[in-house]
Amino acid sequence: MFEWVMGLSLVIVAISTLMYFYRLVKGPTVPDRIISLDAIGINLIGITAIFSIVMNTDAFLEVILLLGVLAFIGTVAFSKFLEKGEIIENDRDK
Amino acid sequence: MTEISKFIVGFLVLQGAFLSLAAAIGVLRLPDPYTRNHAASKSATLGVLSLLLGVFLYFWLLKGEINSKIILGIIFVFITSPVAGHLIMRAAYNIGIPLWKHSVQDDLKEKKRKESRE
Repeated sequence: MFEWVMGLSLVIVAISTLMYFYRLVKGPTVPDRIISLDAIGINLIGITAIFSIVMNTDAFLEVILLLGVLAFIGTVAFSKFLEKGEIIENDRDK
Repeated sequence: MTEISKFIVGFLVLQGAFLSLAAAIGVLRLPDPYTRNHAASKSATLGVLSLLLGVFLYFWLLKGEINSKIILGIIFVFITSPVAGHLIMRAAYNIGIPLWKHSVQDDLKEKKRKESRE
């Protein structure tokens, strides 16, 4: 029963990742695509967490933290690029 | 004891998975980027938080080890995911993505027009 529930949750999270992927391909504006990429990163955290229960090991738990940091940094860089046109500004008087 | 722990862990993980599904359905069906971000950044965060709490309880109650990496992951996702949503939507408003056509009020537009006139 427990393994069955874990498998069902894995399938549900995979389906929701597919829905985000549809929005990533079709989405009419650029912020839509950034939102869905960010949410795919968040869903990958969840998939890794369920997978570490299924495999019954704690070896993948660093991956959770790492994916969280990387998704946040990527989103911040994208939104700064959209807003100001460059990610790291060099001029002081801008 | 083990069965109760398994029930709690299974419930938390299943709840997290269904919240992720609800967020994805919201991102598919809502009309403009602002409402889509409203669905994604709240529901997905709560879903993944519930999922990670389930995993933490699994390793604590059934394996007997307190894993601080999951706690750090929970805190980090809880802090950074709304901030990321805020940054994307501020960028989207500043590059001029229009609101949904049935929106009734836009106070920020008035303020920006007043600022640009000065």
